[in-house]
Amino acid sequence: MDSMILTLLIFLPVFGAAIMLPASKIWGKDNPNIFKWIALVITGLQLVLAIMLYMGFDPTLSVSASPYTIQLEWIKHFNIQYFVGVDGLSMPMVLLTALLSFLSIGISWNITKQPLGYFALFLLLDAGMMGVFLSMDFFLFYVFWEVMLLPMYFLIGMWGGPQRHYAAIKFFLFTLFGSVLMLLGMLALYFYSDPHTFNLITLIQTASTIDATLWGMDMRYLIWFALFIGFAIKVPVFPFHTWLPLAHVEAPTAISVILAGVLLKMGTYGLLRISYPLLPGEVINFAYILALLGVINILWGALNAIAQIDMKKMIAYSSVSHMGYVLLGMAAVVSTNDGGAQAGLNGAVMQMFNHGTITAMLFMLVGVLYEKAHHRYIFYPDDYKDAALAGKPAFGGIGVQMPVFTAFVAFAFFAGLGLPALSGFISEALCFIGGFSVFRTLTIIGTLGILLNAIYFLRAYQHVFLGPLNEKYKDYTDMSTMDLAIVIPLAVIVLFLGVYPAPLIDMIAPTLDALIQKIQSAF
Amino acid sequence: MSNFSSIFHYIPELILVVMILSVIVVDLVPSLKELKFPIAFVGLGLVALALFLSHGSKASIFMDLIVVDPFSHFFKWIFITATFSILLISRYSVEVEEENYVEYISLILMVLLGLFLMASSVNLLMIYLSIELVSIPSYILAGMKKNDRASNEASLKYVIFGSFASGLMLFGLSWLYGISGSTNIAEIHAALLTNGNPFLVYISLLLIIVGFGYKISMAPFHYWTPDVYEGSPTPVTAFFSIGPKAAGFAILIRVIYTLFTTESGLNATTSLYGVNWTLIFAVLAAITMTIGNFLALHQENIKRLLAFSSISHVGFMLIGFSVIGKEALTAVLFYLVIYFFMTLSAFYIAILVKNELHTDVIDGWKGLANRNPFIAAFMVISLVSLAGLPPTAGFVGKFYLLAVLFREKTFYWLAVVAILNSVVSLYYYFKIVKSMYFLNDGDEVDSEPLEVNPYIKWTAVLFSAQTLLFYFYWTPLIEFINSSLLFWNS
Repeated sequence: MDSMILTLLIFLPVFGAAIMLPASKIWGKDNPNIFKWIALVITGLQLVLAIMLYMGFDPTLSVSASPYTIQLEWIKHFNIQYFVGVDGLSMPMVLLTALLSFLSIGISWNITKQPLGYFALFLLLDAGMMGVFLSMDFFLFYVFWEVMLLPMYFLIGMWGGPQRHYAAIKFFLFTLFGSVLMLLGMLALYFYSDPHTFNLITLIQTASTIDATLWGMDMRYLIWFALFIGFAIKVPVFPFHTWLPLAHVEAPTAISVILAGVLLKMGTYGLLRISYPLLPGEVINFAYILALLGVINILWGALNAIAQIDMKKMIAYSSVSHMGYVLLGMAAVVSTNDGGAQAGLNGAVMQMFNHGTITAMLFMLVGVLYEKAHHRYIFYPDDYKDAALAGKPAFGGIGVQMPVFTAFVAFAFFAGLGLPALSGFISEALCFIGGFSVFRTLTIIGTLGILLNAIYFLRAYQHVFLGPLNEKYKDYTDMSTMDLAIVIPLAVIVLFLGVYPAPLIDMIAPTLDALIQKIQSAF
Repeated sequence: MSNFSSIFHYIPELILVVMILSVIVVDLVPSLKELKFPIAFVGLGLVALALFLSHGSKASIFMDLIVVDPFSHFFKWIFITATFSILLISRYSVEVEEENYVEYISLILMVLLGLFLMASSVNLLMIYLSIELVSIPSYILAGMKKNDRASNEASLKYVIFGSFASGLMLFGLSWLYGISGSTNIAEIHAALLTNGNPFLVYISLLLIIVGFGYKISMAPFHYWTPDVYEGSPTPVTAFFSIGPKAAGFAILIRVIYTLFTTESGLNATTSLYGVNWTLIFAVLAAITMTIGNFLALHQENIKRLLAFSSISHVGFMLIGFSVIGKEALTAVLFYLVIYFFMTLSAFYIAILVKNELHTDVIDGWKGLANRNPFIAAFMVISLVSLAGLPPTAGFVGKFYLLAVLFREKTFYWLAVVAILNSVVSLYYYFKIVKSMYFLNDGDEVDSEPLEVNPYIKWTAVLFSAQTLLFYFYWTPLIEFINSSLLFWNS
């Protein structure tokens, strides 16, 4: 059973998508109930499997020693393996993916347009995400990485908002551009390492011995660069972030949750899984730029978020800002000060997990409001179709009408701006502590981000939820049981990890310690 | 080998000849008219059987004019499968009129005979003749829709470009004859080794590249492709984009590897006199794929779009010529097989849509996903494969070609050009996806289910399913290709 669990995690959703086809023949393809129940059961099972995996997971074991690892030959000619495994880096991501996929089915409960396509594609997307986090063979990793693009394209393009077609192709082209560069990096790693292999565990030993130059540049540096662009577009790192606000805004709520909650993490996960252990020397050379990009992300994302009048777009930019913390924390791996590297890297991975849960909550809550009001404006835009309303606050006093909802929004906003005792605070603080131990000035500038975060969250909160009730919204009902069932688990996790982060740290620390050692030995 | 004993190695071609004649003869007898297609299919089955039985044989026949070897066998399988599929769909296509069936079938089979010869010629005269045997019936096939101006134009353009390219190629071949006094390529190679020089090799090489490049629609000799593809009946277009192209690659590989390498043969590793033809092909590959892709971006007609896309795929396959070695050829042949499946399935579906909706314009496909989700889904698979994304074999093909460059650690710029091109290609392939699946809020489209011919539908599905199959497990195909990389004399 142990060795089957990872394969099941990946392929259970594929199975789910496959049985939807016969199901559509029996119950009709326009009846959403059957498909959403299949999706719910499948993702539920996946969540159970992920929790079982977590129960039996021993963070001190490396991938090669873990009982869950499977290594099978796939394509002999290129020595490609079906090699899946789990370690402290992938474990939190697997939990996050399983949890958010399950909850996203709940968020999608009201989808009625072409339900077969929606839920089948969603499950394929789920399979791709799991595959990325569990692959230990670069080729396999790449395959899953790309497999996700297609369902995502359709999910945004068919079920999204007014600009969905443009958003979908832009998302696709941007990420594809990144992934083809990654493909080049992957081929270079394969052919320059001896023996030729895609096995990420073997490559840790062999990749750093690559010694060649191309166009007057060190080969390892070029590989690092190609991989970095590939991952950076996914994170997204400034200046590659322009696809993100568009895709987030246009995507349906559940897909925004997945995009922000899981897909963005793949970028940083890829860096930590592949670039970091394989090319430690380049990490050291590049750390300052990484920190700089992180700080730019923090500030640029936050400043953009302040300028937004659409709540979803604001949250999208807040994601850019929050991923900046991850980058800053990751850059701190070069810190030689006592504990700086540990703080930074642990903070980064925790932030990946915490941002996943917090941002899922934010998008979900905005989605609740959108379903009722059919718009998400904090202020109406200046060119709004009703000239009398242009530039005026769009909501106001929702707190009176929907007190429970408002309480959860307040909770999520405070988690987003990093209030102590909520999970975001701990990971952001750790990122800053790590960053401060090496990049003093940069980190000090970066901390401005905390302030800016507070500005946009509080401003949005004030204009939407406080003040006198806008009469237009006076017959709104509060959150439904379904909404509560989705948001409460997330809130509990955020609160729990904010008060007691030890389970998360215990899960990731041993793996990250080994990673830090690997990088610092390259000095 | 003497002419008489050669016949035993020539059975597939002989069956073909008999078929061509009997198709024409049965059309003269009113009561047998209906037998044309059955004869063609049964005949192709017999040819396939004969091919299968002669698997692995090696011989040089008819006084060394043509050869039988695993290399030509490989291509013959591609040709025969292509012809079979094309005849199958032609029967259901509205573009091929019933009164023209006899010309149509016999011309297609004549082209097939020419393709068989192209893949096996080792003599300059035979090379030229076989190319013409492919070209001349092709000119007529392009003009098959007699009352259609576009079809007439296609035919005429094809003739003019074709004759021009043949002329240049003949001139190149005459240089080779001049230096060696022989028309057999193995003897020419020997002569070149003793009294050739780089200048001579360059001249003849470049002129020959023109001739072959035209056949495979390599830039800058691709100008005929979009017009011919657009004007010809769609089944013929599908045939052109596979059969003659594959044959062009077969003859290109045979001639280049026999003549312009020091060792002569598929095991060659160095070019003759250090003539840098790998660089020539690298540049041509980059130009071809870039031109194909960028011109495809603004096409509104599906056949023109597929024409430019086929040019860009040729560019990709030419990457395999920028390195000398077996691994490179494996990659080319692998890509060719994948290209075969994905192009054929895309064309099949294009023909299905044309039959029902009577349109070639991409916008005309709007809402297809609602009307027939099944074929729309398989079109997506084919397009994803054409764009070279996992989980389809198109990705594996590109992966192999890029790996060729990385293995030899050469022409990295070409790898960069290639991957950037594959990003660009996504945009236009997904224009079709967008048209099929995405509707604007106000769009009014027909939502009536679209019934299509079940045989054709399932054949199309079979082809696009191949692109998935070869993605998940392609080891057998690679092994088959490796065993096919043998000339008759090695």
